[in-house]
This record gives sequence, structure tokens and C-alpha cells, in this order.
Amino acid sequence: MATNQSQHISQQFEKELQDIRSRVLAMGGLVEQQVSNAMQALVTGDAELARQVISDDEDVNKLDVTIDEECIQIIALRQPTAGDLRLVTGILKTITDLERIGDESVRIARMALNLSEKDRPKKNYRELHALGQHVSGMLHNTLDAFARFDVDAALQVAHEDRQVDAEYESIMRQLMTYMMEDPRTISRVIDMMWSARSLERIGDHARNVSEHIIYLVEGKDVRHLSVEKMEKVVKGGE
Amino acid sequence: MEAVNQQKNAARGIDIESMNRGPRLNLADETACIEIKNFNLFYGEAQALKNINLIIPRNRVTAFIGPSGCGKSTFLRCFNRMNDLIDNVTIQGELLLDGEDLNSPAVNVSDLRRKVGMVFQKPNPFPKTIYENVAYGLRLQGINDRQTLDKVVEKSLKGAALWEEVKDRLQSSAMGLSGGQQQRLVIARAIAIEPEVLLLDEPASALDPLSTLKIEELIYELKEKYTIVIVTHNMQQAARVSDYTAFMYMGELIEFGATDELFTNPGKKQTEDYITGRYG
Repeated sequence: MATNQSQHISQQFEKELQDIRSRVLAMGGLVEQQVSNAMQALVTGDAELARQVISDDEDVNKLDVTIDEECIQIIALRQPTAGDLRLVTGILKTITDLERIGDESVRIARMALNLSEKDRPKKNYRELHALGQHVSGMLHNTLDAFARFDVDAALQVAHEDRQVDAEYESIMRQLMTYMMEDPRTISRVIDMMWSARSLERIGDHARNVSEHIIYLVEGKDVRHLSVEKMEKVVKGGE
Repeated sequence: MEAVNQQKNAARGIDIESMNRGPRLNLADETACIEIKNFNLFYGEAQALKNINLIIPRNRVTAFIGPSGCGKSTFLRCFNRMNDLIDNVTIQGELLLDGEDLNSPAVNVSDLRRKVGMVFQKPNPFPKTIYENVAYGLRLQGINDRQTLDKVVEKSLKGAALWEEVKDRLQSSAMGLSGGQQQRLVIARAIAIEPEVLLLDEPASALDPLSTLKIEELIYELKEKYTIVIVTHNMQQAARVSDYTAFMYMGELIEFGATDELFTNPGKKQTEDYITGRYG
């Protein structure tokens, strides 16, 4: 059963649900910005931008707490059922993942700060940049899927997460080669590794969010499943 | 892999399986208490129930929900032929209680109502003592032996979770009890004759929240012994007390299924609209 778009008899309740939805999107937009700024800081060595990402994380945390409180209010006062219940619980989980994505951006920003004080490599962190682009795109599509309650788009995100994982593996191998070739790079490469790891985790969180979307729209639990099984459950009506 | 995990968990004293809340209720696993086949009911020309097919599972709580006038109370009253009392009612189709059509001429209505007890929205104790209210059904059956009556009264009042509150004043008038107590007294009166099915028509709608909780708790205990059918306007109550829920709208059965499924992921848009409180 697709999530209901028709109007509530209680206008106030309707408004409350609309409000938490749009706040999740606002939080998503903020988090997206944080990821992209962190990557920008890393690639360009912009220490100022990195510091800004770290301090802006506070806003993400505040939104997490606010939306959480609003969801609990709705559960306590409105006792939502069916699609509404799935929307509220789906949002509760979604904001946890978004908040974690915020934390990972802060990690990347810290690495960017470290790296900004060291020599820049010739390639200027191109491989990380590519991974970052991919992950940002994934996050963007996830938020889009949330805004439109689009299950197909959510499934697409799960597909992309697999590619991100593969990309991450290949970067790790490459970075290991650098360390073996020239041990003087180790300290820098470790920072790169942490950044790559954070990007990969952001991909995982985006995938989690897409699973929450599928749950809140279709009422189907697709956590801990391979992408193929996920598709089967969603399409097959299992 | 799974077997290894199970062994490990057993060694740690964790039983993951038992933490699973187990399989959801499944209609296919239930035995039928009442079977309704192609059932129609008319008040004069107006059709109040339209081609209803349903199985009321034994020893479960089945809730009927739906907006006012959807036919749920009419339907409930069919189960002990209360509609016989209304002129102008015609019915078609079958209502099978334990496989026997309860509208067949061979069925004695008094016997039927002994098997199918009913409790109404407003508690309706008789203007007699608490004791006599509960003993009433047995006296009607010609049972007057004091010891038997004492036993049944105590058992029924305990069954209705009222014994502790009234055991010292069994001979006082039932009219002096609170609304919630009166309702439990009426339930005690209904179960004194050991029916098979209990029909509850809005049993808690005139009660305060605490009395309501007591009635709900009671329903939960009673389903061990009886098959319970409840009509309620309070959807949260249906969600709390019932195993299965039937959603009715304009005389039609729209959706019937396990309550936890129906309230988290209903199959029909009309059901979703109703339980979430939206325009249809």
C-alpha cells in the first residue's frame, strides 16, 4: 500500500506530518552540503572550509534532536497508524542515518585539516574526489527518492552502493601500493584512507535511508538483504 | 553458519529464536467458530449488509471497525439472532456456528443465545443483588442448588475480574456499582452460563480510561476460553485487544486480516483512509 497522499480530517495532524517531512528534507539538504564542503576542503586543501564543516555539524545535530522530538510528540498525541505510523518511524530512523552522515563529513573535514598542512600529492586526491562525487550523487538521489516517495529511485541507490563499495576497495588497494612504494607517504595516505572509509560509510547510510523509504512507502522490510533480494521483495509483492 | 551461531548463542545463554515474537497470526492456521457465507441483510428495501464472507476464528478476538452506519452492529446482532426482534428484516445466506446454520428453523433461539452471549454498550444490570445478577442465567435454566450457584457466581466474578471488589457485598444491589464494575458484572453474567461466543458491542465506550483498560485486560484473558467478537468505534482499542480486524464500510466487508498487519500495512486504500483518519 503506497503511502497515502489524501488529506487528513484533522488539518493540524496533516500539518504536523508535512512539517516533519519538510524538516527531514531540510536536514538532508544541510547534510548534503556538509559532504560536498568536506570533499571540497579535502581536495583543495581549504582549511577554512574544513573548520566551517566541523562547526556546522552542530546544526545537523540540532535538527536531529528537533525532528526526533516532533516524531515522539506525534506518536504520543496522535497515535498514528498504517502509512502515517510508517512515515513517523521511517523518519525516526532516517534522521539517525542523516546525522551519522553529518558525523562522517566532520571526519573528512578533520582529515582535510590534517592534509592541508602537508605537501599536496601530484594527483591532488583525484581518486578520493571521484568517490566523493559518486557518494554525493547517491545521497542526492536518496533525498530525492524521499521527497517523492519513489521506491524505484530508492532501489537504484542500493545498486549504486555496491559500486561505491567496489570503488572503495580499489582505492584501498591503490593507497596500500603508495605506502609500500614510499613509506614517507604513510602518514598522508592514512588520512586519505580514513577519508575514503568515511565516504564509503556515507554510501552505507544513504542505502539505509533508501531502505527506510521502501519501508515507509510499501510497508516492506528490506533491511539486511542483498540488492537482488530487495528487488524481489519490492517487485514480487512477497 | 546458522547452526554455529545457534550453538554459540546457546553457550552464552542467549536464545535469539525466543526473542523473535514468533510468526504473525495467520488465518489459514485458525479453526472456524462462525462461518459467514454470502450473507445479505435488508431492512425493508434497504440493504444493510452486502454479500459478506468471513470466518470468525475460534478462541481469538475479532474486532469489527468502521464508520457509523456501516453495518457492524447489525452484523454482530445476527450472531445471536437479535435481529429477529426487528420487523421487516430479511436475510439471505448462511451463518454457520460450529457448522450449523444458526438461522435454520431447527435452531432454538434460547439455546443459541446461551451459546452466544452478548454485552452491550451501556451496562444493563438487573435491579437485583450482585449475586442474583450473575446467578440469573442459571436460575432460568432451573438450577437453584445453592452450592452450585455459589461456585458459579464466584468463578464468573473472578473470570470477569470483579470478585475482589465485590466479594464482601454480594447481596447489595448491582445498581450501586460504578459503570466499569457494572460492565464487568454484565460480562460475569454472560460467562456464568459458559457460552461459546461472546459478542461485545462497544463494551467500553461509556467507561473511563481505567475501567476501559480493565475491560480490555479482561478480554485478553477471556479469549482463552471463548471466541470473542467486538464492535468498537475506538480504533486504538481494536488494535490493542483484537487478533483479527474486519473493516466494514457501507454494509460491505472491505478488509479482514490479522490486526497487526491491518494497522501497520493495510491492503486497501479505504482501510488506510479510515484508520489514519482521512477523507475517503
